[in-house]
Amino acid sequence: MSAAQLAELRHTFALDKPVVVQFGDYLLRLAHGDLGVSFQYRTPVLRLILEHLGATVYLVGTATLLAAALGLWLGARTAWRRGGAADRANTAIALTLWSVPTFWLGLILIVVFAVGVGPIPGLFPTGGISAPGVTGIFPVVADRLAHLVLPCLTLVAVLYAQYLLIMRSSLLDEMGEDYLTTARAKGLRDTEVLRRHAVPNALLPTVTLVFLQLGTVVSGAVLVEAVFSWPGLGSLFYQALTVPDLPLLQGLFLFFSASVIVMNLLAELLCPLLDPRVRTG
Amino acid sequence: MEGTGHIAEGRPTSRLPALAIALLLAAFLLAPAPFGKPAAAAPKKVLTVATNGSVDSLSPFLAQRVLPTEVHRLVYDFLTNYDPKDDHAVPAMATSWSPSPDKLTWTYAIRSGMKWSDGVPVTARDIAWTYNLMMTNKDAATANGNFVANFKSVTAPDDSTLVVVLGKPQATMLALDIPVAPQHVWESHVSDIGTFSNDATFPIVGDGPFILSAYRKDQYIQLDANPGYWRGRPKFDQLIFKHYANQDAEVQALKKGEVDFAGDLTPAQFNSLKGAANITLNNGDGKRFYALAINPGATTTNGKPFGDGNPALKDPLVRQAIMEAIDKPALVNKTLGGFGVVGQGYIPPIFSTYTWSPPATETVGSDPAKASQLLDQAGYRKGPDGRRTTPDGKPFTLRLYGETQRAEDAQNATFVKEWLDAIGINVSASIVDQATVGDNETAGNYDLAFDSWLVNPDPDFVLSIQTCGARPATAGGSFPGDNFVCDSTYDQLYAAQISEYDAAARAGLIKRMEAQLFTDRYVNVLYYPNTLEAYRNDVIGSMQMQPQPNGIYDGQDGYWSWWSATPGAAASSSSHVGAWAVVAGVAVVAVVLAAVVLLVVRRRSTAQERE
Repeated sequence: MSAAQLAELRHTFALDKPVVVQFGDYLLRLAHGDLGVSFQYRTPVLRLILEHLGATVYLVGTATLLAAALGLWLGARTAWRRGGAADRANTAIALTLWSVPTFWLGLILIVVFAVGVGPIPGLFPTGGISAPGVTGIFPVVADRLAHLVLPCLTLVAVLYAQYLLIMRSSLLDEMGEDYLTTARAKGLRDTEVLRRHAVPNALLPTVTLVFLQLGTVVSGAVLVEAVFSWPGLGSLFYQALTVPDLPLLQGLFLFFSASVIVMNLLAELLCPLLDPRVRTG
Repeated sequence: MEGTGHIAEGRPTSRLPALAIALLLAAFLLAPAPFGKPAAAAPKKVLTVATNGSVDSLSPFLAQRVLPTEVHRLVYDFLTNYDPKDDHAVPAMATSWSPSPDKLTWTYAIRSGMKWSDGVPVTARDIAWTYNLMMTNKDAATANGNFVANFKSVTAPDDSTLVVVLGKPQATMLALDIPVAPQHVWESHVSDIGTFSNDATFPIVGDGPFILSAYRKDQYIQLDANPGYWRGRPKFDQLIFKHYANQDAEVQALKKGEVDFAGDLTPAQFNSLKGAANITLNNGDGKRFYALAINPGATTTNGKPFGDGNPALKDPLVRQAIMEAIDKPALVNKTLGGFGVVGQGYIPPIFSTYTWSPPATETVGSDPAKASQLLDQAGYRKGPDGRRTTPDGKPFTLRLYGETQRAEDAQNATFVKEWLDAIGINVSASIVDQATVGDNETAGNYDLAFDSWLVNPDPDFVLSIQTCGARPATAGGSFPGDNFVCDSTYDQLYAAQISEYDAAARAGLIKRMEAQLFTDRYVNVLYYPNTLEAYRNDVIGSMQMQPQPNGIYDGQDGYWSWWSATPGAAASSSSHVGAWAVVAGVAVVAVVLAAVVLLVVRRRSTAQERE
C-alpha cells in the first residue's frame, strides 16, 4: 500500500481530522441515526445490526421467557417445601447447569440430540436457523422450530438457575410473615396461599431481574450463537472482533448499552404498577 | 419460619410439573427429524459443503475473503485456469495466448459460443470492460487491482480477441485470477461499485459452472448447476456452502450426513473421524508455509532504520545458531500431530514446479552443540548462570511474537523458547492479538515472530513481499511486505523472474531466490501444514483432487472438485421434511393441547371440590 493510498484511506475515514472533530462528527451522525459503515462488509452498521437482531431476539427472547417461567415456578415450589428432597435436588441440578460451560453443554446436546447416540435418533439440526430451500408454511415453521430447540434448550439450562434462586430466596423471606398465617386461618388451600398471597410479594425482585436479563437479550449469547452457528448479534459481534471492525464494534456496544438502559427504565416504571407500596411511597 | 413445615403439608400439586414436562416434550418433538437438507419439489442431487468462512461481499470487485473468492471461481469464468494435475495454466475463457517479442503485449484468443446465464453471449469485450474498470475505478480495484497495476491498456479489437499492453514485462499473465463480470449487468452499478455487494436479486448472472441462486448471510450460499457451461454441466444439481461458526459442530454434521464435506480440520478432528461410517479422509499437501521471521532491523525503502529490533540479529552467525537450535521435525510431530511436512524452501511442495530443497549438508533436525559453537564464535559468551551476553556485555534477550488467532503459535512458542533457552538465549514469548502483533511488526519492534502465508500456483506475490521495495516508504508506515528483508541478490533474481516468459527458466530463477532466502535466514520456513479434509463417500462418488496425487478438494485453484463431483448412492435431497414428519408434528401438538386442556379441567374441578 502506497503512502498516497494510505493518506486517501485516512481521509476517507476522516482519520486526518483532530480527535475532537472526529468525535463531534460521530455524535452529529449518531443523532441522525448513522452509526457509520462497517470496514469488512462495507455496509451501514445500523443495517447489519437490524439484519441480525431478529435471529437473536427469536433465540434469546424465547430462552429467557422459558427460563424465567421454569425458574420462577421451580423456585416457588422449592421454597414452599424448603429442605425437602425436591428442594435439594432442584437447587443442585440448577446450580450444576448454571456452572456448566455453555459451549460444552451445547456440543454435548449436538452430539446427543442432533447426531444421535445409541438408541437416541438425531432429531434436530446441528446448527443454523433454517435449512436452505424449505418452502411452504408448515415446513418453514417446523424447520425454524427444529433449529431453535437445541440452542434454546442450552440457554434455558444455563439461565434458569438465577430465576430459581432469586424466587426461592424472596419467597423464603415472605414465608415467616403473619399475613400468610392469616390467609391460612381464612381456610384457604395451601396452593392458594402460595399463589395468591406469597408469590405476588416475592415476585418483585424477580421482575427486576427478568428485565435486566431482557436488556442483555439483544447482546445475544455469543457462545451459544457460535456453537450453533446462529446468525444473530452474538455472531456479528464475534465476526467484528476478529477483524477488528471498529465501526461495527462501536455500533454494537452502543446498541447493547442502550438496550440495557431502556430495559432498566422499563423495570423501574413497572415496579409501581406491581407494588402499591412503591406507588404510594 | 416456624410455620414452614405446617404450610408444606398441603397436597402436592402434580399438575404444574406435568404441564411443564408436556411443554418440554412438545418443544423436543414439535419438529421431529430431518431438517438437515433442503426440501425440493423434484428430487435434486445436492452437495452440501460445510464452511466456516464468512462473506465480506459477493461483488467480484470487492470480495477478498476465501469463501466468496472460491464462490466467484465457481460462478464467473476467468481468463485461464490451473490444471488439476499439476497447476500449470490451462485454457478457460482464453483458448490460446501469445506475448509479443518485446514482451509487452499479450494477445489472447477468446473462446466463442460462451453465454451468460441470461443468454447474452460472453465476449472479449466483457473481459476488456472488467479489466478497464479495475484500472480506472479505485473502488473496482479493491479486490484484484494488483493484477492490473502494470497494465497500460486492455482492448478487445473484436469479440474473440483480447489485447493487453503492459508497462513492463510480467510473467504472471496466465495467472490473472480476476472474475470477469458481465458488462451488460454491471454497467448500471459502476456508480455504486464500492458499496454494491451483489446480493440484491437472485439468480446472479454469471458464466461459471454454477449459478449463484440464493444467499443468506452467515447461513448458506446456494449454487445451481449451469446446464450450458462450456466445459460440461456439473453432475450435482445443487451445491450448498453451509455456514458453521463452530468446527466441532461441523464435524458432527458430517457424521450425521447433514453436510457432505468438511475441510480445514484440526488433527484431533481428523483422527476422530477415522473409522467413521461412510467417511473418506484426505490428508492432502498444504498450500501454506509456516515460518519464523527474524527481524533484520526494520528500514524504510530509503534505507532509514527504525524500530528496536535486536541488532544481534544482523549477525548471520546468530541467525544460523537460532535455526540450528530449532527442531523442525519435532514441531511437525508435536504441533501438527505429524500432519505436515518439514520446512525447506519458501514455496510449499504442493507446487512441485517451484520446490527447492536445501543442500544435504544442512541440518534437518536440531544441533544444539553447533548452535552453541556458532554463538561462541560470534562473541556471545555464556555467563556462569548459563545465560549468554552480547559482545558488549549486555544480557542477550529476544522477544518472540505469536498470534492468539493462530492456535499453533502458542505451542510453537513454548518449544522455541525452550530450545533457545538451552543454548543460553533468553526468550520472552508473547502470544497476543493479531492486531497487536501487526502493530509491533509495522513499528519494527520485534525480534522473532511467527509468520504464515498461503501460496498461489503462481508464487509472484509471496516472492514480492521479501523485496526491498516492499518495505515501508516512511518509518512505521504500513507496507506491502513481510519482514523488512532487503537483499540485492534476491531483488535482482526477482526482477529477472518477472520478465522471464519461459516457464522452466523462471522456475529455475525462483528456486535460486528460495536458496537465497534460506541462506539469509530472515524468513525460516518451519513446516507446511497438511490440509485435512473429510467427505461422505455415500453422497460423493468421486471428485478431482488438485494437484494429484496428494492435493486437496476444498480451496483449490480452480473449480475442479465441485465441478467434477459425481453423486454417490445416497446422494439426493431425500431427507427433506416428509409427510410422516408433518403427521408426527401435528399428532404431538394435538397430544400436548389435549394434556393442557385436561390439566386445566382437573385443576378447576379439584379447586371447586376443595372450597
